[in-house]
Amino acid sequence: MANIAELEKIASQVRRDIVRMVHSCQSGHPGGSLGCTEYLIALYFSIMKHDTKFNMKGIEEDLFFISNGHISPVFYSVLARVGYFDVSELATFRKINSRLQGHPATEEGLPGIRMSAGSLGQGLSVACGAALAKRLNNDPRNVFCLMGDGEQQEGQVWEAAMFAAHNKLDHLIATIDYNGQQIDGPVDEVLSLGDLAGKYKAFGWTVLSCEGNDMSAILSMLNEAIDQTGKGKPIMILMKTAMGKGVDFMEGSHKWHGIPPNDAQLEDALNQLEETLGDY
Amino acid sequence: MKYQYTEKKDTRSGFGDGLTALGRSHPEVVALCADLVGSLKMANFIKENPSRFFQMGISEANMMGTAAGLATAGKIPFTGTFANFSTGRVYDQLRQSIAYSEKNVKVCASHAGLTLGEDGATHQILEDVGMVKMLPNFTVIVPCDYHQTKAATIAIADHEGPVYLRFGRPSWPIFTNPEEPFVIGKAQKMISGSDVTIMAYGHMVWKAIEAEAILAAEGFSVEVINMHTIKPLDVAAILDSVNKTGCIVTAEEHNINGGLGESVARIIGQNHPCPQEFVAVNDTFGESGTPDQLLEKYGLSTENIVLAAKRAIERK
Repeated sequence: MANIAELEKIASQVRRDIVRMVHSCQSGHPGGSLGCTEYLIALYFSIMKHDTKFNMKGIEEDLFFISNGHISPVFYSVLARVGYFDVSELATFRKINSRLQGHPATEEGLPGIRMSAGSLGQGLSVACGAALAKRLNNDPRNVFCLMGDGEQQEGQVWEAAMFAAHNKLDHLIATIDYNGQQIDGPVDEVLSLGDLAGKYKAFGWTVLSCEGNDMSAILSMLNEAIDQTGKGKPIMILMKTAMGKGVDFMEGSHKWHGIPPNDAQLEDALNQLEETLGDY
Repeated sequence: MKYQYTEKKDTRSGFGDGLTALGRSHPEVVALCADLVGSLKMANFIKENPSRFFQMGISEANMMGTAAGLATAGKIPFTGTFANFSTGRVYDQLRQSIAYSEKNVKVCASHAGLTLGEDGATHQILEDVGMVKMLPNFTVIVPCDYHQTKAATIAIADHEGPVYLRFGRPSWPIFTNPEEPFVIGKAQKMISGSDVTIMAYGHMVWKAIEAEAILAAEGFSVEVINMHTIKPLDVAAILDSVNKTGCIVTAEEHNINGGLGESVARIIGQNHPCPQEFVAVNDTFGESGTPDQLLEKYGLSTENIVLAAKRAIERK
């Protein structure tokens, strides 16, 4: 069992990275990044078997595909902090000639990135393909995929959901960042998802839910999801998070989906987040 | 006629037979299909390699993403559906999940163009070559007959990177050498000549060969080039030919906007300005009818090529 206190320390540092990255380039998406911090740290520092000496094929490794690519700040920070590349490179985020593109890309060869993401709705399909490849290779490791909740409005997601269940992709563990917010406002006001758990159940998935900003809860849930693998059904975790978690003036509001803090707001945010591992 | 044929066959069968051959020779090749197994002639591959085939149902977007995921792990996915659903329906998936992500996916597209026939304009895509040639990293190939489609299908498995392979529905003359390997990006000179170049791809190569026979009988020396790879374009082959002939006709079963003709115009405009005539669909949709009726009505007949060649020669 991972040491919760250690992981929480990492989370504080990753949140500092996120707000500093988006402040430095004055663009990017802090809200969803802060909300998914615990999840990505749990995956990369505890749950997944993976090799920071990056190999695209990922044979005998657990794989993670991000579909909501706009939360690249948290993804890049976690990849750097876990050892895929040097943390100093986080300073180049969204700047010219950087490997850390606004949305994840393979073109610049950034270790840890297997797929471009940003145009929403495509990641679950990719994860299905990766899971099929593992089945063909008799590779028993799991494939993880993170999507946004607003992203559930994309039709391709439901094509993939149907396909995963039909093909019994039972080593596929998808997660939805269920923060209830999207760019134009609360998801329920923009285009309600209705009974999201019921929908995935009806599509033939095992549906779990948890609090996503509680490190202990997310670890337990991911372990429970792993216990559910191999039982003939893909697994969906509805992960309740707060957009902007950890920075009080950002928390819970769609307004911080895609705007950066100014200098004073950065200072305010950093005062709320302990520097535990050293800033990049 | 400098080429003869004894048999007609659909190019999609060339794809199906090429895929069957790959099933035996390339263990990493996998196939996906969006509910058109019969139309794409994939049944034999499926019979021989059931675990390497994925029936996607009518969900092309998911098929492209799933193919990208399979490619990530080193598989070589061949997707099969109609050209319309291989491009316009899934352009963003081709762009982000395959082209930008540099995934080794082979997008295999049947029933392209007017020669789809009776199904009409909803299915007769005439914009696909233009759409895909604009995507960085994609190679675009349109072989001309059954043998060449089979050879091209086999060749693209050994080519690292996204490929769009376009073929069609109708039974069409077989006139290429089945032993000839397919070389991606290398234009095929079918007939040498000095008065005019006719450059075509796909079904229109046979029409170009028919046009050459008519023009030759009238005393013209015509060069016919099969530009089966629209991207990357064989620039040397274009320039070598127009340096000799001084004018060119491009002939394609595609919208005049975005097709081979525009690519050739750019090359000759930059390097060797000379008259060019376009045999292509004039920025319109097709309609129901037989393939021959449609080719005639939309200006893609042998006679249209003959007239275009004469216009090009006169403008020299």
